[in-house]
Amino acid sequence: MKIAVCIKQVPDTETKVKIAADGRSLDESSVTFVVSPYDEYAVEEALRVRDQQGGEVVAFSVGEERVASALRTILAMGADRAVHLKDAAFQGSDALGLSRILAAALKGEGFDLILFGKQAVGTDRGQVGPRVAELLGLPHVSVVTHLAWEGNRFTAQREIEGAHEIVEGALPVVLTAQKGLNEPRYASLKGILAAKKKELRVVGAAELGLDPASIGAAGARTRWEKLELPPARSAGKILKDMDPSAAAAELVRLLRQEAKVI
Amino acid sequence: MGHQDVLVFVECRGDQIKRPSLEALSEGGRVARALGGKLVALCAGPGTRDRVSQLADLGPDRILLADDDLFSLYQPEAFAVLLADAVRSTEAGYVLLSATAMGRDLGPRAAAKLEAGLAADCTQVEVDGGELRVKRPVYSGKAIATVRFSGNPVFVTLRPNVFPLVNSPGKNPQPEPLKIDFDASRLAVKTVKVEASEGGEQDVSEAGIVVSGGRAMKGPENFALIRDLAKALGGATGASRAAVDAGWIDHQYQVGQTGKVVSPNLYIACGISGAIQHLAGMSSSKVIVAINKDPEAPIFKLADYGIVGDLYEILPRLTEEVRKLKGNS
Repeated sequence: MKIAVCIKQVPDTETKVKIAADGRSLDESSVTFVVSPYDEYAVEEALRVRDQQGGEVVAFSVGEERVASALRTILAMGADRAVHLKDAAFQGSDALGLSRILAAALKGEGFDLILFGKQAVGTDRGQVGPRVAELLGLPHVSVVTHLAWEGNRFTAQREIEGAHEIVEGALPVVLTAQKGLNEPRYASLKGILAAKKKELRVVGAAELGLDPASIGAAGARTRWEKLELPPARSAGKILKDMDPSAAAAELVRLLRQEAKVI
Repeated sequence: MGHQDVLVFVECRGDQIKRPSLEALSEGGRVARALGGKLVALCAGPGTRDRVSQLADLGPDRILLADDDLFSLYQPEAFAVLLADAVRSTEAGYVLLSATAMGRDLGPRAAAKLEAGLAADCTQVEVDGGELRVKRPVYSGKAIATVRFSGNPVFVTLRPNVFPLVNSPGKNPQPEPLKIDFDASRLAVKTVKVEASEGGEQDVSEAGIVVSGGRAMKGPENFALIRDLAKALGGATGASRAAVDAGWIDHQYQVGQTGKVVSPNLYIACGISGAIQHLAGMSSSKVIVAINKDPEAPIFKLADYGIVGDLYEILPRLTEEVRKLKGNS
């Protein structure tokens, strides 16, 4: 089976957010970058399916130089090779542009299974998986929490409000992974050493036959006009050193009479 | 119809119109009026025929009804064809969906068909000089991005429970049937059923009140304290990642990053310190209450109200007070 897993490098969630001087982007000077947490479930699933059914796992990511280290991490977890989609023309891509780049890179390879995280932590758009499926003319199932395989047929559980959708189908398909799907492995020392020898190919816009006007900032249909810190919440009323019964009664009174929420 | 018109996708599960879709329709009406355009509601599902009257109060100029059996369960490919067709035929320039599980899946796929931009999970929409500008939380809610669009149409998904329901009755349009040219037998991947989660409780993402427990719950048995308070308040039970990862409660209850994003009117965090992963999921709640032993816990910085104390002493008393209050009203 040929399996692709598309990952994104994102700021560590513990990052202290500082707004860049342009007023519309993140100041990346002191940011640690990691593989987006949901992508790890996608990678783990890719590796499990390959280990059970045979085949190859190829990791893809769009981004600047630093993204190579994220792809090395995926190779260290066990992916067979990686494709780093890097080009000045890719910069400033929105979800539409990213999907075009990824779809162009995935198209020729004939993947049976294409996995994404359900969304990239940070920008939290959750768009690229379904968009790539549409561009490739493939079905998709997003926010998958459980998967069972029978040859090339699968049954997926997709998380919705207070319920699960049960989705059945056959390959090829695009899936996006939600927490609960599996327990992602850590890269072993042996894996980290092996990763250094694995293929990590850099591919640009020309090789993909992409029109630079359709991608990057030029092709973007959405752009951040401003990035700001959220308005500070005013100091709350905190009840301290009170008898538990009195505190409980006072809180209920405040929620009823002042906040009017109960 | 034209580019200043707003089309709102109205989601149904079974024969129920989802409340977040009504919020989207209400907001869509406001946007349409500001743009000088018309408001179109697109309703999908065979169970919705008798429910479209619910939409009238929100003032749609047209109601498109796709009540084919094909739409009884959510099939992403078929729904994307439906939505994209409706946008093309109405020439609506703006497409609103609620950022529910369905909206967040359908929006991108339909937007891809139309080569359109989409801003997801927005908490504010403004019309400025005939153009749309939206705000959405990013980086775990630690920053707010203002997004502008180019091209047409524009897709926006709206965070549930954020936008008010404002009635604007007037027209009472007859639903117009909408069919699509789609061969259901070509679906190689198909939703076959919906299974309610165990317990059949209210989902955190849909509840007006959420009571969540964290690390201080110490074990699964103590979640009874959380459930009791949630029940007394008519709310839903939630949990922090720490409690879920410890195996005390199922992942479907998790609020925060790698869990669910909630915006209830009242969020009560019990024994939750307030790690950024948790704050990412609940910081847009209208009123936040923290109950924690540690007065230095970061959750108190976000809280509108709080009690510093032992939750094992406070929660049972709180539940009792709420029951008393509800009993008297």
